[in-house]
Amino acid sequence: MDKIWVIMRKEWAEVFKNRFVLFTVAFLPLILVALPLILLQITGSSGDVSGLSATDMPARFSELCGEMSEGECAQYFLVSQFMLLFMLMPLAIPVTIASYSIVGEKTTRTLEPVLATPVTTLELLAGKALAAAIPGVSVTWLGFVVFAFGAQLIATSPAVVARLTDPLWLMAIFVVGPLLAIASVSVAVMISSRVNDPRVAEQLSMLVILPLLAAFFGQIAGFFFINERLILWMAVALVLIDTGLLAFATQLFQRETILTRWK
Amino acid sequence: MIETQNLTKRFGDILAVDRLTLKVEAGEVFGFLGPNGAGKTTTIRMLTALISPTSGDAAVLGCEIGREDGQIRRQVGILTESPGLYDGLSAERNLEFFARLYEVEDIAEQVERYLRMLGLWDRRAEAAGTFSKGMRQKLAIARALLHEPQVLFLDEPTSALDPEAAHMVREFIASLKQEGRTIFLCTHNLDEADRLCDRIAVFNTRLLALDTPTDLRRQLYQRTVVFHLSQVEPRFVELVRGLPFIRTAMETEGKLLVALDDPERDNPTIVRTLVEAGAEVQFVGELRRSLEDIYLKLIKEEHQG
Repeated sequence: MDKIWVIMRKEWAEVFKNRFVLFTVAFLPLILVALPLILLQITGSSGDVSGLSATDMPARFSELCGEMSEGECAQYFLVSQFMLLFMLMPLAIPVTIASYSIVGEKTTRTLEPVLATPVTTLELLAGKALAAAIPGVSVTWLGFVVFAFGAQLIATSPAVVARLTDPLWLMAIFVVGPLLAIASVSVAVMISSRVNDPRVAEQLSMLVILPLLAAFFGQIAGFFFINERLILWMAVALVLIDTGLLAFATQLFQRETILTRWK
Repeated sequence: MIETQNLTKRFGDILAVDRLTLKVEAGEVFGFLGPNGAGKTTTIRMLTALISPTSGDAAVLGCEIGREDGQIRRQVGILTESPGLYDGLSAERNLEFFARLYEVEDIAEQVERYLRMLGLWDRRAEAAGTFSKGMRQKLAIARALLHEPQVLFLDEPTSALDPEAAHMVREFIASLKQEGRTIFLCTHNLDEADRLCDRIAVFNTRLLALDTPTDLRRQLYQRTVVFHLSQVEPRFVELVRGLPFIRTAMETEGKLLVALDDPERDNPTIVRTLVEAGAEVQFVGELRRSLEDIYLKLIKEEHQG
């Protein structure tokens, strides 16, 4: 555990010197927290949410609104679209950090001296994976807390605020978020093992956000809506996917494979 | 200290190391010479438990490769072909990181010790990325020594260094030998190997020769003595050729070159014969074959099958 922490600290000391990584970690959360808050402000200031009606949203969505008024339901619908984008953080930030960290070590040929130490490959992988995942997850959680406080201040409808911080979104942020981060790090490890440019690794790894974007547009188009059951299934599916991805990434992250097969 | 028995490594169809058997004694500087792609780095990687052999056995410091890899990594130091430093971190941070991975007890003390020893203490706070090649190599050497390994593997320690930096590194390797460390030195620099190594292995996928530099010379070339005469007359050559212990005698560039087995015993006889025949002997010396001659001869013979 001590060596994992040593590796994590080294990763952070090095990777956050890269302006692009720093920009991604700082800027993405700012945008993704600000957007739903701005939307809340626009759609619900001065207690006026009645400007929106049921016709402004897909018909099936109103089933999710329970006892909320039409206007509140519409506001919740609009803001919830952007809530889904919160999930972008645990995907994009770890991918960026892991890509720069692993490909960076490949190009500067720093992995061999590290592999020559008594560190186990599992410790090394865990150190790198956690160094990439923790900032992504922390920033997501922090962003959500900031959003929740902001929503309390901005939104005039307590019912909307309650829905935006209900167990559905808590589970999405606090359970699905870390699972997404694990998936993104595993994909970044796999792709980083085959490419020699951190930007290429990052761009390819970013393909991991495609399913999330599909969910985002699918919800906008009204094909399905994020509800507790869907989030639960998503969590279960991610546990299985993460298990497979981690097993594959661990296979790739073996001393001999890194030294002789990583191109 | 290091012992291998039929150590073999294949990468698919490619045979990288073929049944390597050798023994390196404690405190020895062991030169491992071979052309590019000969399998030298692969051998070092196997001996430092970075990759596993396809077949054969090896032990380092009594620890068996494949069974006690963690122990081996804990007890050996390695200077990889490329320094592999974290450019964004300071020299001190680079060493501290590795000291922690090697579980060094007095990290600050050891880091300071080696930074001072290699003349980098005043620049400890500067990023490794700003260092010259020589300084980077010194820092990488410091990293390999932090945990006080008894066996040190050095892969091309002076390649790409300017003569001054290379000289400094060589001096440092010599001082490590004085400390009694065992050094396994891979190098292309034959002069370096000649100066530093107790024994030398010439290797090209398989072991071609293994001995001290002096004995390699003896094995591959007869000992040759050069007689500088004021004038080399054909009769002097014939006279010397007629002596029973002479293998060959010839005139080259105004000098008399004589091949024989035991110059210490037979040189006085040759000198006496020449003087009695009227020759003026100005100078006598042994023609010393360079390690490069030996190396090239072995590699050429290998290529010729």
